[in-house]
Amino acid sequence: MKKLKVAILGSGNIGTDLLYKVLRSSRLECSLFVGRNLSSKGMSRALSLGISVSDKGIQAIQDNPECCHIVFDCTSAMSHKIHSPILAGLGIIVIDLTPAKLGPFCIPAINLDACLGDVNVNMITCGGQASIPLAYVIGQTQQQVDYIEVVSTIASKSAGPATRLNLDEYIETTEKGVKMFSGCGKAKAILNLNPAEPCIDMQTTVYATVPKIDLPALKEGIAIMVEKIQRYVPSYNLIIPPTYENNRVIMSVRVKGMGDFLPSYAGNLDIINCAAIAVAEEFAMARIEGRQ
Amino acid sequence: MKKVIISDATLRDGSHALFHKLTKEHIVAYALAADAAGIPIVEVGHGNGLGASSLQVGLSLLDDREMLETARKHLSRSRLGIHVIPGFATINNDLRFAFDYGVDVVRVASHCTEADITERHISYTREQGKEAYGVLMMSHMANKEVLLDEALKMQAYGAEAVIIMDSAGAYLPHDVQDRVGHLAANLKVPVGFHAHNNLGMGIANSVAAVEAGARIIDGASRGFGAGAGNAQLEVMVAVFARLGIETGIDLYRALDAADIVEREIMETTPYISSVSLVSGLSGVFSGFARHVNLAAKEYDVDARDIFFELGARKVVGGQEDKIVEVAMELQQKIKRG
Repeated sequence: MKKLKVAILGSGNIGTDLLYKVLRSSRLECSLFVGRNLSSKGMSRALSLGISVSDKGIQAIQDNPECCHIVFDCTSAMSHKIHSPILAGLGIIVIDLTPAKLGPFCIPAINLDACLGDVNVNMITCGGQASIPLAYVIGQTQQQVDYIEVVSTIASKSAGPATRLNLDEYIETTEKGVKMFSGCGKAKAILNLNPAEPCIDMQTTVYATVPKIDLPALKEGIAIMVEKIQRYVPSYNLIIPPTYENNRVIMSVRVKGMGDFLPSYAGNLDIINCAAIAVAEEFAMARIEGRQ
Repeated sequence: MKKVIISDATLRDGSHALFHKLTKEHIVAYALAADAAGIPIVEVGHGNGLGASSLQVGLSLLDDREMLETARKHLSRSRLGIHVIPGFATINNDLRFAFDYGVDVVRVASHCTEADITERHISYTREQGKEAYGVLMMSHMANKEVLLDEALKMQAYGAEAVIIMDSAGAYLPHDVQDRVGHLAANLKVPVGFHAHNNLGMGIANSVAAVEAGARIIDGASRGFGAGAGNAQLEVMVAVFARLGIETGIDLYRALDAADIVEREIMETTPYISSVSLVSGLSGVFSGFARHVNLAAKEYDVDARDIFFELGARKVVGGQEDKIVEVAMELQQKIKRG
């Protein structure tokens, strides 16, 4: 099968982990890996894998726009705001892994097909990819939902400098996504970093205030959704099933990573990267089938 | 004469003790009394700070704006302080409006190893011309070298003081002396200390901090705070006076303020309950106590077992969802025999 060429912009934790996942894909090929510092960990990893690299940032794509059909932007929300119009001008599709929220939001388990016509697809946040599908099921199965709250805890070591600087954007983007997909007007997102050694796995808890709870419908919907997500994030597991206690609904998932760049505790990298790969592969399929 | 600034956490840490059900009447009564006593900084808000009202850590009765507006109206001498944890509060959602309500001092907090998440909130506060302190929570979970690295980051971001919190009440005086002494010797900005009383060390640890060079000390009237409570503010005023340490606080008025808290605000006077003692021993955030007790009841397990298990898993503040998970697991274990 002919592979679709993609470039990865950003050589931090997200970008480097994504590279491994592109290499594993039967539909994608990494034609360029772009950072700003040739001696960074990510860059030397890419070099050792025999990938073409550049330390020129967005300029590398501008100099050679033919190099790829899709760019994964793994930089920061602030940088993406600069990159987005440049890439649009070059006619390159962008899958945005920063919380810049410029393009429409994509959760593959919910709206993958609907995103294919867009030139900038936003992958929301790692916590959003883990929690929003659950929030969506709450919205779909319950008559009235007053409030939804999503809390993620990730290992300190899995949060690079851009993630840390983007904490506010993480929260605001995740909250927007929860509201949009669940239809609930009131939402809150919280993120904790835990430095424990050995590192903890990513964990996400979703709470909801639901006046008349239909627990059987919720449990059934969640089971189906978890299975859908497991198709692209294999170790997405429900550890607290939907439970009604102390006047709230609570459920929790744990996400282990594949251990590509960082060890398996960094499920936060995997969940957003696996989702981004699912979108890119769908683009590739659409192209082959002449849908695009 | 040695001088210290006492920062009053009563209307913030005390929020934990009421499960975040502080009322306007509470705030009015206490703010007036604290102002009359000349307490330099009065913190107000949800126990976990601005924007923290949530199912995860507890819903506030009043929203942040109502709390700040009420406090501001009744403080004239005392400066109004808030606690802010990035990850809960964002600049756009929360911090921006706090300045409209007249906040003077912003205490930007992170877990003790995660200072870099405080950069934007500290800078933003300084850009608004307000005072910013950095706060390292759960500081017993890092050694003094790590704490210094993190404190230096906060200083570089513009923090005008760095406060280390003994959020679990896990320190003994020599632990405090060791850490505060190391920070005071190596930072340009003043160092502060925030005690919890889980091991009965609230006042002793605060004295140790001042002796090691701390210049800002947190206290709460009648000890009104999370878990076993904080260092009892009026006792600190008296003890510091004995030691020749100046606080600028009027003892009689501080005693009046403490009596008001006891009479009009608290449900029970803070004491070292069995569960709080275990919380201190296991090094788990004091604010977990009420959540742990609820979960112990809901899942019919021993609250002490929950605390020790949480301690073994090294949970940090904000991970209250772990309480339910651990309680469920303990319940399963009991069922299986």
